[in-house]
Amino acid sequence: MSLVNGKQARKRRSATERREIMAAYGFLTPNLIGFLIFTFLPVFVALLLSFTEWDLLRPIQWVGLANYIRMFTNDPTFIKVLKNTVIFVAVTVPARIVLALVVALALNQKLFGTTFFRTAFFMPVVSSSVAVALVWQWIFHADFGPLNNILWTLGVGNPPRWLTSTQWALPALMIVSIWQGIGMNMVIFLAGLQGIPAQLYEAARIDGATPWKCFWKITLPMLSPTTFLVLVMTTISSFQIFDLAVIMTEGGPANATNTIVYHIYRNAFQFFRMGYAAAIAWFLFIVIFAITLFQFRNQKNWVNYDL
Amino acid sequence: MKKRLSLENLGRAVLFLAILAAAAVMLLPFLWMLSTSFKEPKAVFGLQLQLIPNPIVTDNYKRIFEVLPFGRFYWNSILTSASVTILQLVTCSFAGYAFARLRFPGRDALFLGYLATLMIPGQVTIIPNFILLRMLGWIDTYQALVLPNAFSAFGTFLLRQFFSTLPADLEDAAKIDGCSHFGIYRHVILPLSKPALSSLTVFTWLGQWNSFIWPLIVINSVEMNTLTVGLRTLQGQYNTQWTLLMSGSVLALLPVLILFVMAQRTFISGMTLSGMGGR
Repeated sequence: MSLVNGKQARKRRSATERREIMAAYGFLTPNLIGFLIFTFLPVFVALLLSFTEWDLLRPIQWVGLANYIRMFTNDPTFIKVLKNTVIFVAVTVPARIVLALVVALALNQKLFGTTFFRTAFFMPVVSSSVAVALVWQWIFHADFGPLNNILWTLGVGNPPRWLTSTQWALPALMIVSIWQGIGMNMVIFLAGLQGIPAQLYEAARIDGATPWKCFWKITLPMLSPTTFLVLVMTTISSFQIFDLAVIMTEGGPANATNTIVYHIYRNAFQFFRMGYAAAIAWFLFIVIFAITLFQFRNQKNWVNYDL
Repeated sequence: MKKRLSLENLGRAVLFLAILAAAAVMLLPFLWMLSTSFKEPKAVFGLQLQLIPNPIVTDNYKRIFEVLPFGRFYWNSILTSASVTILQLVTCSFAGYAFARLRFPGRDALFLGYLATLMIPGQVTIIPNFILLRMLGWIDTYQALVLPNAFSAFGTFLLRQFFSTLPADLEDAAKIDGCSHFGIYRHVILPLSKPALSSLTVFTWLGQWNSFIWPLIVINSVEMNTLTVGLRTLQGQYNTQWTLLMSGSVLALLPVLILFVMAQRTFISGMTLSGMGGR
């Protein structure tokens, strides 16, 4: 643009600029209003609520940090659900990642029937967890369920009582969660695997590298950005386990499968302790945030972005 | 050489069998659900494992519509999932277009606000939202099921990311032709964004169809139950009648699984693209 009509151009542009700004706010408004009302403001309302005591009937009361203190000093159930959730996450996250990777590696071999297998592994992902929780509840039935029936046939004299056993109920939920979660991670890994250039493997083969060595030296490092993404997503979703616990065990027996989100739900909508429930919800948010932050900070130690 | 090749084939055969076994484990719960739903109520308490029902009965499917208004549950699920999906497609594509292609003061700060909320688990906002809907007297209504989910920050983010990758040339050409911003959105951006829009459609529709905690909280009456909460109601009333519970589960899963098998590719790419936040 020449200097002579630069000023004129700027003036003309500012008119179109104004139109652009008007248009932008027009496009933004519907979403922004809903976003403010149902997402943005509630986050802060929940924070404020967490410093109060309120049963929706009596006047709301400011109690400072009492709810947060109560969690750790005066609510044994909270300690229990925290422990359950952490154990649940610690087992299911690695299992969901490793098994998904194994399946993805197998399907990446271009076997006969890949489409069928992918569909089979993905089916639980699209299925309602309430419906699948119901069938798994039936599968785990200690007396008439097919699982123990098979175990008897295999000669296991005294199979676990699964959902009615304080020892086996949580592992049963873990099994279902792993079964549910493999498919999603598998397809993400498959996409990642297909992004690794084939020349790398060809070059390695010419150098005489074994498939085992190729896996550790090429596949895993090249896949690490995908693995990182899967790790972050799986961890976040695992912390929010709720549906399975409600349907399969109602948190029982004796809180053996009670989880953080279920505890939030009960406190808010069954005991009407809005403030306390909001405090636990914020606590959960802080835990998830801290872990995600740690994972992002830690990724430089193992995630490879420039290979 | 030939020996190595056959060894390789053997390896592939073993791998194939292993994956076949694993796939069977994935599918067995579904088959068991289907099988139980066609059994006589007392047949499930036999000690013999029976994968193919004998006799095959369809009574459970008749009974389930008698004990609970399952047809109504379908309608509620269809109505809420469709409304939420359509509203999200409109509001999120509008906002995504503004964030991606228009310049206005406060854009980056606002977008950061949207991004920040993506980290926050839904359990934080459900309590204030429940209180708000209760104040509005909306508990047990369709608004309660639809509106809080109609303006997703995630959907906005997903579409904004996709819209940002579109080349500016076409947009510039349209501008020179005197096309309005809405015209560009409608005739340039949207037609080019079918993959992202279909991703968001699959992701949102499925999320709503399977959503459990929110309808559980805001719905009280049986007639307003969606399928997921309806199954919970069924479980509450008939918790040992496995044949009835399984036929209910089959009914809840059937539409999704039929759509999934028919449009398997769209579903998987939609779910993964959304799952990865459009990366």
